[in-house]
Order: sequence, then C-alpha cells, then structure tokens
Amino acid sequence: MKKILTGNQAVARGAYEAGVHFASAYPGTPSTEILENIATYKEMVAEWAPNEKVALEAVIGASIAGGRSLAAMKHVGVNVAADPLFTFSYTGVTGGSVIITADEPGMHSSQNEQDNRNYAKFAKIPMMEPSTAQEAKDMIIDAYDLSETYDSIVMFRMTTRVCHSKSSVELGERTNVPIVKYEKNFNKYVAVPAIGRALRHTVEERMNRLKEYSETSKWNYSVDNKQTIGVIASGISYEYAWEALGETADYLKLGFTNPLPAKLISDFCDQHDKVYIIEENDPYIEEFAKTLGKEVIGKELFPYTGEMTPDVIKRHILSENVEGIVNDPELFVGRPPTFCSGCPHRGFFYELGKKRKKIVVSGDIGCYSLAVGEPYDMMDWLICMGASFSSGHGAQRIFDMNSEEQRRVVSIMGDSTFFHTGINSLLNVVYNGGNTINVILDNRITGMTGQQDNPGSGFKIQGQETIIGDIEGICKAIGIKHIRKVNPNQLDDVKETINWALELDEASVIITDWPCVLKKKYNDDDLNIYKDMWKTKDIVLQDKCVGCKACLRSGCPSLVFNAEEKKVSIDTATCVGCDVCLQICPYDAIVKEEK
Amino acid sequence: MSTSIKFCGVGGQGTILATTLLSFALVDAGYDVKMSEIHGMSQRGGSVSSEIRYGNKVHSPVITKGEADVLVAFEQMEAARNVDYLRKDGVLLINDLKINSMVTLNGKIKYPENITSELSKKVQTYVVNASDEAIALGNPKVMNVIMLGALVKALHLEALDFQKAIKENVKPQFIQLNLEAFALGLKTVK
Repeated sequence: MKKILTGNQAVARGAYEAGVHFASAYPGTPSTEILENIATYKEMVAEWAPNEKVALEAVIGASIAGGRSLAAMKHVGVNVAADPLFTFSYTGVTGGSVIITADEPGMHSSQNEQDNRNYAKFAKIPMMEPSTAQEAKDMIIDAYDLSETYDSIVMFRMTTRVCHSKSSVELGERTNVPIVKYEKNFNKYVAVPAIGRALRHTVEERMNRLKEYSETSKWNYSVDNKQTIGVIASGISYEYAWEALGETADYLKLGFTNPLPAKLISDFCDQHDKVYIIEENDPYIEEFAKTLGKEVIGKELFPYTGEMTPDVIKRHILSENVEGIVNDPELFVGRPPTFCSGCPHRGFFYELGKKRKKIVVSGDIGCYSLAVGEPYDMMDWLICMGASFSSGHGAQRIFDMNSEEQRRVVSIMGDSTFFHTGINSLLNVVYNGGNTINVILDNRITGMTGQQDNPGSGFKIQGQETIIGDIEGICKAIGIKHIRKVNPNQLDDVKETINWALELDEASVIITDWPCVLKKKYNDDDLNIYKDMWKTKDIVLQDKCVGCKACLRSGCPSLVFNAEEKKVSIDTATCVGCDVCLQICPYDAIVKEEK
Repeated sequence: MSTSIKFCGVGGQGTILATTLLSFALVDAGYDVKMSEIHGMSQRGGSVSSEIRYGNKVHSPVITKGEADVLVAFEQMEAARNVDYLRKDGVLLINDLKINSMVTLNGKIKYPENITSELSKKVQTYVVNASDEAIALGNPKVMNVIMLGALVKALHLEALDFQKAIKENVKPQFIQLNLEAFALGLKTVK
C-alpha cells in the first residue's frame, strides 16, 4: 500500500516496521513529528524526555537491555546529547539503536546552522542520509540491521526539507524483533578508563569494517547518464541537483556517509572531467574528496550558507537566473509571528516593559522569544535552551563589579525550558549567592513547537495522565528563598510582584501561572482551577475610546486600530477575554461583553 | 515536465489541508507528487506557505522564485508578498480577503491599497470571493476548499477524484460541507 507521508512520518513508519520497541525525544523543529508519529503506533513505547541528553540516555538503557530504540532531536539537541553519544559510540549496542538529527540549512526555526554530519565523524559512528520520504522509511529499517551488525548506534541525518516534505511511500509490515535476553557485560558497558582504553580499539576496528561496507552499500551508487560532468551529493541536495541539471550530469549519490566510500568517490572523480560536490552547510564530502587528492568544485563556487535549492545550483553552475514576476514592496508589509490573543506571556511582558530602562533581560528559547519584537523589546540576549538563568547570573556578576552600571538582570524562561536545562541553571544562581530575578513563564505546555506535553503538563505523549512536576517545589528545594506565583493576566499583581523582586538583593523566582491559550488537555484538578477561562470576550465602548492607543502596547492581535475614526475595536472572533487590555485602558473604555 | 503550485496565507487559514487534498488526488491519479511546508510558527499569526509539485517524475519538493505555475493566495497581502514565485506566464488566484498584521493593526502602517488590481496588471489573476462564500455556506474555515476548487478548475484537473480525497482526509462531520465548498469553488473560475 502507498501513502503520502512526510519524511518525519516515514521515519516513524520505518521504526514501526523495523520492530523498534522504545523511542524518546525532546521536541524541536524540524524533528518534532517523528516522536508524535511514533506515539500513534501502540506497538512502540514513545516518551517525551525533559531534554535530548536524557532522551538519548533512556535510549541507551533500552538498547543495553536488548530492545531496539530510537532518539530524535533537532540539530542543536545533539549538542545537549553529545556527552552520552560519544561514550555510547565506544560501548556499542545490544538492541539496535538510532539517533536522528534534524538539521536546519537556512535556519527556518533555529538559532544556528551547524552541520551535524561532523558529529558522526567526531563520535566515530556510522551515518545515513535519506533524500526522500521513501528512502527515510527504507533506510531506517536498514539502520537497525547495521547497528546490530556493526555494534554501533547509527546517526540518521535529516534536514528540514526531508523532514517536512511529503511524497508517496510504499508501506510494509512490522517485523516483530524479539528483545535480546539480558546478560550483564561489564567489559562492554562499564566505561571506566581501563575498559574505555580497550573499547577505543574496537571503535577503530569497527570504522575500518564500515569503510568496506560504505564501498558496497546499496545506499551509495552512481547514475550513469553518459556525461563528462559529475555531481556528488547526499540528502536533499541530490534531489535539488537532479532538478537543476537532470540528465546533463552523472551522479554519485551518497546515502551512507560516515565513513565515506573512498574508492567510489575516487573512481567517480577519475571518470569525469569536472566534478561538483553539491552539499548544504559544511564542505563535508568536499574536504574528504580533496584529501583523496581529487580536484572537485565545491564551496569555492557554491554558497556556504542557506539551502542548495535548484535555483542556487542553476545560478552557480549554469549562470542561469530564473526571471519571474517582480514583486512590489509597496503592496505588502511584514507579518511577523506574535503572541496569540489570550497568550499568558502578554500581561507579564507588558508590565516588565515599564521597567525596561532599569533592567537587562536574559532570554531563552520558546514562544516568549517573540517578545524580542514590537511592541515589547524584551530581550537583550538569547543563546540556547536553559541559558537564561545562568548567563543572566554571569552578567549580573560583571554588572555588580561596576558601580556605575546599576543594572539588574531579569532572566526569563518557560516551563518546558526550565525542565529541559533550566533547573541546573537556577541551581547555579542560588548556590553561588546570585541576586538575579528569575522568571518562569509557566504555561503548562511546550508551546513553540506546537503543544507537546512536558513534565509540567500533566500528560504523557501517548495520552496517559501523569504527575505534574512542581516548579515551585523544585525552586524551594534547591534553596531559593524568595518565590512568588502570579497570574500574569492580573496586571496589578504582576506589577507588585516585579517591584517586590527588584527590591530584593537576593535571587528570586517569579512563576507566572496561566495555561497556554492553545493547551487542550487538562486533568480534573486543573479543570477546576481554570474552568472559567476564555469563556468571555472584551469589547470597546466606542463612545469612551479616545484613540490614545495605550491598549495597543499590549501587542494583542485582537485589537484593531481604525486610523480614520481614531478608535480601537476588538475582533470578537479571536478575543478570548483575558482582560489585559481592559486593565490597561486609562479611560475604562474596554469592558466585558454582556451575554 | 512538472507543474508547481504554491499556496500562501496566514497561520490558521488551512493551507495544509488544501495541499493535502490536492496531493492525495494527484497521487491517486498516478502522478509523482512532492509537497513541502515549513512548520514552526504557523499558529502565531505569521505568514505561511506550502508547495506542491507534480508530474511524471519530480525531484525537488521546493518551488523557487519565478518557477510556480500557479500561486493560490488565501489573503491579499500574502499574494503580493509571494507573487515573485510565479513564472511570468503563471496564474494567480487570490481570495479577496484582507487580514491585518501586527504592524497594520496598531495603526502604525496602513494595510496597502489596491493589491488585487495592481497584481492583475502584472499577471493573469482570478479574484475569488471565497471567504464570503464560505461564510454563506455556514463555516468560514472552508474558504480553503473553495480556493482548492477554483485551482482545480484553473488547472483543468476536474477529472481527479476529489470526492475520495475529501472523504478520506476530512473528519466525517465536515465531509458534506467540504464537498459543497469544493463544488462551489469549481464554479468561481470560468
């Protein structure tokens, strides 16, 4: 049977067919739907982990215990998971194990453009790169056989366009792979130095065997169009190259890319007058070809950043520029993403904005990153997941050395980010006697990636109810003395709480407590607390509105300013009655709609 | 040869369902189809787009500027933003709807005037009143399927089995509504 699947859905299907028992991930674009789709198969156990390191560690345990396991993450997630990855490379596997990295050439939803193919080489593990959804499904099944045959976790490298593009996939049946009977194997799995030194040699021997495999792998093959020009490519770049050049070139398609096939590449180069290496991100294949002494054309011709789409290839190889309709910048303005109507971050940032001149805002990754833009301007820096408390603390240390600075750091992260790596960050602040204001915007869900459950949401990925992690309790337990919880939609309370924290000379935590407007699932306790939420609407009394635009500083997309009449109105289709604008209006022109 | 269709709109307008239905029907009819979309910020009111390419054999899932045969815009300003994806002899279908963005809502910048008339000077343009038609049908959300109907007519793809595509991809309670919306869309392009 054929079905149209995204690359991510195809990976989930492949995992199902490969008999995978256990999968774990932390959400991150463009990888998120891999685990969400695995979760739809009842034959596999799927779990959201608090972060990527934990996800991979759970997967390692599952492999040691004899199950087939899979970890999925976005490219920067592999940085978090790198510690266990490098040693798991040494120990090898019992049940087959795969780590999926979803890279982002072009940085559609990411803070950097790192090329994780380098990780496979660095960690000395085999790597596969699918070009299409069909390949993604077929390759993942093969990856498990490779993993068990060569005793290594396999890195499975995808990119945004492979993850998120759809094409038809021929589906197969699940092979029920038995769990390997557990036997304690001290010399394989206890990575103390004496054993590590021994394992070090097995890694090298494995890579030598994989070099031979790479030459004959069915995923590495050439396509002969009887041309003198050759193209070497992997992943989506291979499809782009075909689109741009068609049968005017021969191709060496590489699907198994660590270790690279030296002889295949060398022979292909020798057989062609000119060889282009078409790859996104780093010159990974190019540098290898050059170490073989081959003259190939790569990054000296192609851009080092962005996507290698067919137009880019045509422009650089054929000097062809596609001329289409020219657009007129007068006819459109920006449409940046913004906090939803009713977003609980709005009220907090509105009040914090009043202190902007006194404070420095240490930011983090989540929906609240959107506060970087108009009208909030509420972020001085943003580095990586969980960094706001720790980087804020370091900054405060330096500000405090300079008595002229008088700056106070407010560090901000969400609930999912707090559970991810924020707890250690906060521990650093309190342990070292820091004095920053640490804000946890608890909206009870992982919002930015599209409503994934987390240890504070009350549910697991496959729908089961679970305990709700107690953020306030964690903060207390690690030694924070000053903690306040506030409803971010109650502006007077938010204001008073911010003032309270600014007066303290010790570290404090403010927890804003209101669910994401898009959150769908609540347990019974939560339903009681939030039962009246979003059942009302706010309206503007037109005779009272003087057009002062004070409410617009809330940045709510339901507020519409009519420039001719100089009055604001509220779009009742999108308003959920959070009352933030109602509290801001100095003329009492915004009221609850009467039913 | 392949045909490239780009859908654009604002998060929440249903570009994904429209592309899903079209790609389902195309695959069903035996075409090689690739569809692409960028996820991430779609629920937060930002610009969104999705793409379909079909033919005997399709390699790239991505449509680059100047290559789309048809641009289906669910909103006026998004049509203007994405019109450079169209070939010079391409076709533009616009839903006659304006959705403010944060910068026009707060009155700092005006929503641009005369978008449809300016665009129709550049390229063959069909303006479809799909949002109003959808409200008349009883659910503003089926605008996307009305636009799909218009697209199918413009591409002469009426022979494809969209009944099946809708029945297999839409929740049971919305099948009838979407079938009506699709039929309505077919009539909007002559």
